[in-house]
Amino acid sequence: MTAVDLPFPDTDLSRDGLAGVPTTDEPQNRKEYTSDQEVRWCPGCGDYAVLAAVQGFLPDLGLKRENIVFVSGIGCSSRFPYYLDTYGMHSIHGRAPAIATGLAITRPDLSTWVVTGDGDALSIGGNHLIHALRRNVNLTILLFNNRIYGLTKGQYSPTSETGKVTKSTPAGSVDTPFNPVSLALGAEATFVARTVDNDRKHLTAVLSAAAAHRGTSLVEIFQNCPIFNDGAFEAFKGKGAAESALIPLEHGHAIRFGPDGSRGVARDTATGGVRVVGVGGDDGIDESDLLVHDAHADDPTTAFALSRLTDAGVLTQAPIGIFRQVERPTYDDLTRQQIDTATGTSGRGDLAALLAGKDTWAVGEPRG
Amino acid sequence: MSKQVKQLDRVIIRFAGDSGDGMQLTGDRFTAETAAFGNDLSTLPNFPAEIRAPQGTMAGVSSFQVHFADHDILTPGDAPDVLVAMNPAALRANLKDVPRGSTIIVDTHDFGARNLAKAGYTEDPLEDGTLDPYNLHPVDLTTLTVEAIKELGLSRKDASRAKNMFALGLLSWMYGRPTEPTLEFLSTRFGAKPVLRDANITAFHTGWNYGETTEAFAVRYEIKPAEMAAGRYRNITGNAALSYGLIAASQQSGLPLFLGAYPITPASEVLHELSKHKSFGVTTFQAEDEIAGVGAALGASFGGALGVTTTSGPGVSLKSETIGLAVMLELPLLVCDIQRGGPSTGLPTKTEQSDLLQAMFGRNGEAPVPVVAPQSPVDCFDAAIEAARIAITYRTPVIVLSDGYLANGSEPWQLPDVADLPVIDPAFEVSDPSANADTGEPFQPYARDPETLARPWALPGTPGLMHRIGGLEKKDGTGEISYDPDNHDLMVRARQAKVDAVADALPDTIVDDPDGDARLLVLGWGSTYGPIGAGVRRVRRDGLKVAQVHVRHLNPLPRDLGDILARYERVVVPEMNLGQLAMLVRAKYLVDARSHTQVHGLPFKAAGLAEVLREHLRDLGDVPPANTDPEQPGRKSPATTPDVIA
Ligand code: SF4
Repeated sequence: MTAVDLPFPDTDLSRDGLAGVPTTDEPQNRKEYTSDQEVRWCPGCGDYAVLAAVQGFLPDLGLKRENIVFVSGIGCSSRFPYYLDTYGMHSIHGRAPAIATGLAITRPDLSTWVVTGDGDALSIGGNHLIHALRRNVNLTILLFNNRIYGLTKGQYSPTSETGKVTKSTPAGSVDTPFNPVSLALGAEATFVARTVDNDRKHLTAVLSAAAAHRGTSLVEIFQNCPIFNDGAFEAFKGKGAAESALIPLEHGHAIRFGPDGSRGVARDTATGGVRVVGVGGDDGIDESDLLVHDAHADDPTTAFALSRLTDAGVLTQAPIGIFRQVERPTYDDLTRQQIDTATGTSGRGDLAALLAGKDTWAVGEPRG
Repeated sequence: MSKQVKQLDRVIIRFAGDSGDGMQLTGDRFTAETAAFGNDLSTLPNFPAEIRAPQGTMAGVSSFQVHFADHDILTPGDAPDVLVAMNPAALRANLKDVPRGSTIIVDTHDFGARNLAKAGYTEDPLEDGTLDPYNLHPVDLTTLTVEAIKELGLSRKDASRAKNMFALGLLSWMYGRPTEPTLEFLSTRFGAKPVLRDANITAFHTGWNYGETTEAFAVRYEIKPAEMAAGRYRNITGNAALSYGLIAASQQSGLPLFLGAYPITPASEVLHELSKHKSFGVTTFQAEDEIAGVGAALGASFGGALGVTTTSGPGVSLKSETIGLAVMLELPLLVCDIQRGGPSTGLPTKTEQSDLLQAMFGRNGEAPVPVVAPQSPVDCFDAAIEAARIAITYRTPVIVLSDGYLANGSEPWQLPDVADLPVIDPAFEVSDPSANADTGEPFQPYARDPETLARPWALPGTPGLMHRIGGLEKKDGTGEISYDPDNHDLMVRARQAKVDAVADALPDTIVDDPDGDARLLVLGWGSTYGPIGAGVRRVRRDGLKVAQVHVRHLNPLPRDLGDILARYERVVVPEMNLGQLAMLVRAKYLVDARSHTQVHGLPFKAAGLAEVLREHLRDLGDVPPANTDPEQPGRKSPATTPDVIA
């Protein structure tokens, strides 16, 4: 078996998630991105906030609206494309990353988005998600994590905490949940981030970075389902609560949170991972010993360690922000490059020559 | 030494050996020589699913049968005239197919106690009289090969691997095949390894000379080139023809070809072939699973590509939900099912036609999908283009039902003139610049063309036509989500009517009934075309009348088929399944179609089918004209007269 070195594709392209997508100078507004369909999520659903954020931030990208496509799977969040006046496809359960992959490979002039949920992406569609991430197709995946099955009326999901009592687990779920960020990092993702439905500013900042990243960007969005899993993210609601429970990750900054920055994250020499520590004071560590977040580190080990600060059970603490953002050639750029190279070196194929192949013979004329 | 030369009109040769003996390559090369010589030909590779089953066992036997003639033939032949057996297992596995009096060439090298036992022989068949009824040539091919190339310094094991080229050389001598194609092939293939190149070329020459010089082989045979329509020809397998058909469809429609596929036998060759043709703008995507393969193809179709997925039966099962989505989205999609023996993993390397009902109905809900079946390896080319035409014109998934026999079998192909290939118009929806975004009618993604009933295909990137599609029921016209009972009824019927409308543009069915007064009609589909045609020829040579119809479009069936079936007193339907087309025509046309079925994993034999047809004719009271011998109908003197049949 042999392997060849693949050149890194054209550098501009390889670094800009939106390169190749036609732009417009016409000012755009939220209204243009709003379709005429009545939004049918339950009152108070976290999906509304995300939709509003997306409708509000898409005009800022300055892209031609017709060159934006949202592809979704099945579940409450997967209704998302119907409410945006772009091109869209509401597909089948779990398959959106696969469908979007075919679209993204063949249409570099589109900005392709995937909207999915915890059941859609991590249960029935787990295989497609991990393979999209490792291939690094130029897609932005929004994973709405409400830690429950909403559309089928309240069964536990692959992110529900162990012991969760639901309609299908009256004695408590015995499944161990996935940590979507850990999973994505393990799947060789080049962009992994987390944000929350109720912080519009953070949500918008993370989505902008995700769209600008060339390759597969995975954004986990903590999304409250008030009907079947209300309070799953209660620890983060309200200003004071968010401050002490959410650990903001900012590239190049020491990881610090809590009232007056009283807590932070440091390396844990005992485990090789990271841990939450007190900062300053009598029993806190020195500020200079805090971990400085490096989202661009080639090695995903620290990003993985940070992802483990998320509670697997009932959530009381979780890092948010961009865990990892590194450059790697995308599957679709490399694929198109191979085609361009083939056409470039041997010219556009000649069908008659292809059909004839190397061995032909003539009948009814002198043999040659 | 002067050799006797005998004229033959056709010969069937079967090369059989261990999976590691290179029998497929040997058969391929003999076929290439035969094609270059100008005989008509048809081939049947037959190999185990295991890549290397335990050496010397029955499970590991691989074979390649080639039928060639001085006239047009339809099948790879029923029974070999010549069997080349490279070890005891190959002999034992194939002997039952070899008629008495045929020639058997055996490599005696492995006929020691151990290998005899591995093959299940308690006595040596070369010694115990088992082979007395045959024209046996025991030759120690392995030792002769090793001796011939010992100067090259290869290990004994490596040297012995060239024995298949010795066998090829010997057979090439026997049948007067041109040697240049093989020599050229070996030079190219082993260009980087001169020792192996020389070993194989020397083994080939040694085999040739062995025939020429030893007394063991006293006769050479001559099979004149076949009369074929004037033109340029090549030899091609069904999977290669299918791949080229897909590329041609892409060119003729102007849509870039996107293949999403997961490796599966016997469809992987299409993925391999298409991955070589990037200069035609072909994208091949080896997906993480069957579902992703079809999903990515559908995503590519949404973006305006010709989305294709290739697979076999188990893969179709996995893709069913996505095919259903494509039915709902009303987007073009080609699903090529290279059928194999089922159910479940079944017989991966063997052929069967048992996915017809899966193709027709294997989805939830009312999800009609046009189905097209090629009838020969060469026809896979045209069937691919036809399937693409339907998919693109009617905005629908289309299933192409090929099978393992067509996929791996080969035959000469008269090259089409590229200028004559049909042009397919994708007729994308374009924005109307005069329409005012504020006052104009909103785009109707589910409006229908009055003739084809197809919906508009508006590609992302087209200004003013932004729309959302999905798997939920669509409102007629607008495509919005709709749970309205009447709308659902209307849409289910509209999707069915659209698929039914495909039949409006189909040509009349060809009825092969030379005198127009046959009482028996044999109806077939797919790869049984060759064996049925050959069986029909045999029966007609008896002076009996039988009509033949072979359907290519299984959904929708041709508009005239019901009337045609009704004209015949009896309809018999041979299939390599348990009667799937028979069930469909019985249900649709209320005809008393008689099923004749076989699921051996191998194609029908012409002789067997002829006998089935004769039985039906006897039952109808049709008897052969009086002057023929009832035992050997139509053969005046079978021992001496060339048997001009297929
Ligand atoms: S069930 Fe939950 S997730 Fe679904 S729409 Fe209602 S609130 Fe939102």
